[in-house]
Amino acid sequence: MSVLTKSDAPPTSRTRSALNYLAGQLRQIGLFIALIVIVAFFQIAEVLTGLGGITLRPINVSNLIVQNSYILILAIGMVMVIIAGHIDLSVGSVVAFVGAVAGVMITQWHVPWWAAIILCLVLGALVGMWQGFWIAYFKIPAFIVTLAGMLTFRGLTQITLQNEQISPFPTEFRALGSGFLPSLGFIGGQFETLTITIGVVATLLLVVQGIRQRAARRKYNVEDEPFPWFLAKLVFTAALILFVSFLLASYNGTPIVLIVLGVLVVVYSAVMARSVFGRHIYAIGGNLNAAALSGVKTQRVTFLLFVNMGVIAALAGLVFTAQLNLANPKAGDGFELDAIAAVFIGGAAVTGGIGTVTGAIIGGLIIGILNNGMSILGVGTEYQSLIKGLVLLAAVAFDVYNKRRSGGR
Amino acid sequence: MTNNILEMRNITKTFPGVKALQDVSIEVQRGHIHAICGENGAGKSTLMKVLSGVYPHGTYDGDIVFENETVAFRNINDSEAAGVVIIHQELALSPYLSIAENIFLGNEQQKGGWIDWNQTNLEAGKLLARVGLKDNPITKIMDIGVGKQQLVEIAKALSKEVKLLILDEPTAALNDEDSAHLLDLMKHLKGQGITSIIISHKLNEIKAIADEVTIIRDGKMIETLDLDAGAVSEERIIKGMVGRDLESRFPDHTPHIGEELLRIENWTVHHPLDHERVVVDHANLSVRAGEIVGIAGLMGAGRTELAMSVFGRSYGHNISGKVFKRGVEIDTRTVSAAIEHGIAYATEDRKRYGLNLIDDIRRNISAAALDSLAKAGWVDANQEVVVAEKYRKSMNIKAPNVEVLTGKLSGGNQQKVVLSKWMYSNPDVLILDEPTRGIDVGAKYEIYGIINRLAEEGKGVIVISSELPELLGICDRIYTLSEGRITADVPRSEATAERVMQFMTQEREKDHV
Repeated sequence: MSVLTKSDAPPTSRTRSALNYLAGQLRQIGLFIALIVIVAFFQIAEVLTGLGGITLRPINVSNLIVQNSYILILAIGMVMVIIAGHIDLSVGSVVAFVGAVAGVMITQWHVPWWAAIILCLVLGALVGMWQGFWIAYFKIPAFIVTLAGMLTFRGLTQITLQNEQISPFPTEFRALGSGFLPSLGFIGGQFETLTITIGVVATLLLVVQGIRQRAARRKYNVEDEPFPWFLAKLVFTAALILFVSFLLASYNGTPIVLIVLGVLVVVYSAVMARSVFGRHIYAIGGNLNAAALSGVKTQRVTFLLFVNMGVIAALAGLVFTAQLNLANPKAGDGFELDAIAAVFIGGAAVTGGIGTVTGAIIGGLIIGILNNGMSILGVGTEYQSLIKGLVLLAAVAFDVYNKRRSGGR
Repeated sequence: MTNNILEMRNITKTFPGVKALQDVSIEVQRGHIHAICGENGAGKSTLMKVLSGVYPHGTYDGDIVFENETVAFRNINDSEAAGVVIIHQELALSPYLSIAENIFLGNEQQKGGWIDWNQTNLEAGKLLARVGLKDNPITKIMDIGVGKQQLVEIAKALSKEVKLLILDEPTAALNDEDSAHLLDLMKHLKGQGITSIIISHKLNEIKAIADEVTIIRDGKMIETLDLDAGAVSEERIIKGMVGRDLESRFPDHTPHIGEELLRIENWTVHHPLDHERVVVDHANLSVRAGEIVGIAGLMGAGRTELAMSVFGRSYGHNISGKVFKRGVEIDTRTVSAAIEHGIAYATEDRKRYGLNLIDDIRRNISAAALDSLAKAGWVDANQEVVVAEKYRKSMNIKAPNVEVLTGKLSGGNQQKVVLSKWMYSNPDVLILDEPTRGIDVGAKYEIYGIINRLAEEGKGVIVISSELPELLGICDRIYTLSEGRITADVPRSEATAERVMQFMTQEREKDHV
């Protein structure tokens, strides 16, 4: 019997309730702290080994964002699939397939780059419909359907490309992967104006939204977040955004793909937290039977979920192809595993029902920074793989331990 | 020295908060068939689990004397080694293995670690002959019917040199022919000196084969009746099963009954896997505004199956029949259609089918009517909190706020969340399946109050319950269900425990011939 059944229990002291609150948020805090610790570790290690602090140099931060963008995009779709209790092993092959089709369309059929992008997103939707049909309506486990998809779309990629690479792509198309927003001049001759503006506006929006949300929650008397913690979180996030935008402003400005990623994060966070569709996804993952008996159209939701994943995988494929300026039969190999690892490091439950878009993004960033930092330090790929494996295991073990300690959710 | 093969003396078994068995003593004579009778939840299965070592020695009080020796079974292997074999209601056979492999599972015919298949199949064939089964021992279990599977279980028991065979509701899932065969076999085994204990709801079967019947009620041994001496009627057994005090555990309720809300006609449902088996057989029932209607039936009578098949065809195969709402036929083929027509169904198993335990009270309450909180697909989370808070207060859900995970609530509070969810969907008819199962007395009283309130608001309420006193206490009318058929429609004025139980145990006509 939990203590919660006593609603009239005397209010605990302020510090204790704050501590309880923080204990409840342990996973979220832990993830942030892990990210900071890893960044700090590499920065210091680089200084100590005489390389200088490379990790936080503007050019490296810019590259980090650009080079991990497609994994982060995939992680957004993947976390939704995993929350619903499924998995998608095919996204790496879909990335390659879409890249191949884009290559053929643009370089051989001379389709305008913008039309090719739209057609490729439609192709992603078709791929998702194909897999979603078998999973949702034919009731084949997603593991099997997407394993088959991994093979078939890899095969289709090779057929499309006739086992050859396609290159180069037009500049407009390449901008999607490696372009920057145009410069509007420099503040103090050093910081690019548009990037700083975007950073400041984003920070302001964040602060306003945070305050509004807290006010609404207070009005409805559901606020349990202690004020110091709310303030600390807000200041920290604002500082982080401003810091990154200053770093980017002192290099090439804002990568276009960062804008794409930012829009996706905002939109999908809202979808998962506030839309009927998102709530049905959590309901299905939390208890499929209960969801069905509550009138959730479980098959339709599952189908749409995979259509969505297909579109996101197509977008990741376009970004990746644009970035490499190359459509390659071997592209995207293992991307699905990176995306899945990001989702689980980000706190999603293997059994479904739990997870967040921001968690998956932070999970993806942790993997990205580990890759980047270890490469700078000259750690061999064999050790990189070893360390990433242990980090994934540790993150999930931490979750399982936490759950058991709190008496299971 | 008595001729008892088994004596269980003063057995008391407690679960956290519940006394499942209290000072139960039972004597079984060698070579007899001994029946155990009681309502659902009376403690029959618990007693058999104590006997067979599922609940090991030390987790209960009292003594078990088997073959004149006090025994202390630590697990099922111990009891089987002594010759006590239990066959559970849900058969424990592996469908993809052969009959012979199943019979010798865990007891393989081996030579130095290698299975002797010829020996296995030969011995299995002999055992099958003893239970009157002519199938080839290499046939897979999935390829034979459930009646034959029951016989394979008995053959498996014989392979362990059984002295005392316990059968828990052996004929519940069988058709008449298979049941008759099974009962014959039990008599035959009795002739070979094997003692049996049979747990059954089917009183005519008990009268046909048992020598004695022990009646258990509310975890207590009531009496043992000698059937061989004759002159024990089914009514006499029923009286023993239900004869408890009806305390005033139910809030007052004065019905104001209005127009008919829901009518179900000729509703027939087949089993989802065994397509031949009829689970609900041409059922007709109705509920009116402001009326609380009970559905009484023993385990396996088809109560939940009836409700779930009506509610969006969530159960069953080849469903036929009509559903009328206020006299107009409606389509309830999907859950969302049923909800739109104002039907709600609160499941008997809240943890598996009712709640998302890893989500909070707020989102569980809104789950069945999320659209009414949403504009263009976006949920108004603040309004949702208002709604959930309203129910937290009005339903007296004991939690500090609505952000508490439902998995952390007590059973009674979980049930209030489920009821809130369905009340928020604003139904006209609520079907409540075992609304008080597994919750404590105080919370039960609150649930009854909520049910009364719903009726007073002019809703029709259908309550399915295994607890007869509960139905007698709250319902305006009770339908009895037996083997998928509605056997009676008993108004409150005529509803006594004996009368309802009689209809609940009423068999098909041909059984009595």
